[in-house]
Amino acid sequence: MANLNRLMTLPNRWQLWRLGVFLAALAPLVIWGWQVASNAAGPEPGRYLLLNIGLGALWMLLLTLSLTPLSRLTRWKGFALIRRQLGLWTLAYASLHMLSYALFILGLDWGMLGSELVKRPYIIVGMLALSGLVALGVTSNRWSMRRLGKRWKSLHRLVYGILGLALLHFFWVVRADLGEWLLYAAISALIMATRLPPVARTLPRLRYRFGRAS
Amino acid sequence: MLIKIAKPHDLSESDVTPESVYLSRRRFMGGMAGLGAGLALGGPAHAEADYADVPDGDGPAWLKEKIDATRWQAVTPRDPEKDKLAPFDDASGYNNFYEFGSGKSDPARRAGSLETQPWSVVVDGEVNNGGRFALEDLASPSRFEERIYRLRCVEAWSMVIPWLGIPLAEVIRRAEPTSRARYVRFETLVDPEQMPGQRSAFSLIDWPYVEGLRLDEAMHPLTLLALGMYGRELPNQNGAPLRLVVPWKYGFKSIKSIVRISLVEEQPLNSWQQIAPDEYGFYANVNPRVDHPRWSQATERRLPNSLFSPNTIDTLMFNGYADEVADLYAGLDLRTHY
Repeated sequence: MANLNRLMTLPNRWQLWRLGVFLAALAPLVIWGWQVASNAAGPEPGRYLLLNIGLGALWMLLLTLSLTPLSRLTRWKGFALIRRQLGLWTLAYASLHMLSYALFILGLDWGMLGSELVKRPYIIVGMLALSGLVALGVTSNRWSMRRLGKRWKSLHRLVYGILGLALLHFFWVVRADLGEWLLYAAISALIMATRLPPVARTLPRLRYRFGRAS
Repeated sequence: MLIKIAKPHDLSESDVTPESVYLSRRRFMGGMAGLGAGLALGGPAHAEADYADVPDGDGPAWLKEKIDATRWQAVTPRDPEKDKLAPFDDASGYNNFYEFGSGKSDPARRAGSLETQPWSVVVDGEVNNGGRFALEDLASPSRFEERIYRLRCVEAWSMVIPWLGIPLAEVIRRAEPTSRARYVRFETLVDPEQMPGQRSAFSLIDWPYVEGLRLDEAMHPLTLLALGMYGRELPNQNGAPLRLVVPWKYGFKSIKSIVRISLVEEQPLNSWQQIAPDEYGFYANVNPRVDHPRWSQATERRLPNSLFSPNTIDTLMFNGYADEVADLYAGLDLRTHY
């Protein structure tokens, strides 16, 4: 933390921090793209991208949702500063996931997309989650925050529902082994548990104890 | 498995059996005659160069000898331009074998731990000549044949793979089924020490993996017990040392690493039907008109594909083997018996 703090005393320290997060969030896409370009993504590169980006979207969502409990726990300002960015990354990954499906799996067969949309529950649920993310994305600017006032917070509580939909979407594509899904479900449950009022109240006190002990 | 959706049973009579099932007797016989001729004549001698870039395996000497004496290209695709062989690396690096994990590259990564020598197979049930047979004793009496088949996965992708093996019918005949035998039940090895997927606490499969065929399906000349592919023995991840290949059914019917073949009276409950009876049936015939509840079966992605050309092709009734097998299902409602 000491090193990090020294870094943060630079004049544009928060911009640097944000830039670092931006590059880290971009990195997986670059890596997967490079793997596809160098024929290292297997015989079905489209599906490789689809699945990785989909899981990446869930990662982004879970990271976004862990920022609030993390700042309660540490009181470090940096976490709150990247919340909007990671939220938008979640939207970006989810959109790319959907785009990969339309492009690489359906081959831009729009008729097929239409029929899959109405027939397949996991796709409906995925699209609902994506629509929710779009709603949050377009209202993530200051202007919307001012416009919506108190309603902004209620609107952005949609993110909890989106997490539920994303997990349901994931659950419905499982075929033979629930292990990986259960891991993500458990992480989600933990992150949500930190928002329960008694837990949320305890988090700053935990920080105080850590602080004294060290 | 996890979705409960009403099956579309409310269809008109005309939807019940696909047109392609209504084959004339003549066409069917013609198809069989063609197949028979192919089997009888054999194909051109195998050129080593065909599989020059395929790595050698380390199978036992007797298996190498059997492979050398293979009747090469005993069954080949009608249209070799459309049905090009998948590269060996794709066929052996991208598949499902849940005993080794649920990812497509898990089997290739983790199946090295499978010990396939020695290997024995129990043949039991309604047979006069059952028992436990060493793999060599089970397979050696038959001449190996190379069969180039389309493999259509229930997940809507497919590959063309050159298998080496023996007709299942010959093994069943040697076992001398009794008059009570109506189905064949197959079991995969259970050994969590060697098969990490079986160690998963959250697997939905109740090991051993079980598959089954009706006796007439099992006796059909297209049904193959494979011991090799691409001119060599099977890689572990593809179901070494002995697997089933039923080219007109979804890939999950083609059970891998078989340790038991039982002739039985009752229809076996196959693993996928047990997990999700609304998604996977006993027959699992490739059928573009009956969708999986979670995706369409009308088309398939022929692999390998590339990013901007998914290589999507129409799925054929019985995976293109309708001429040979449609007769087996005359009068059967394939929508109910999916």
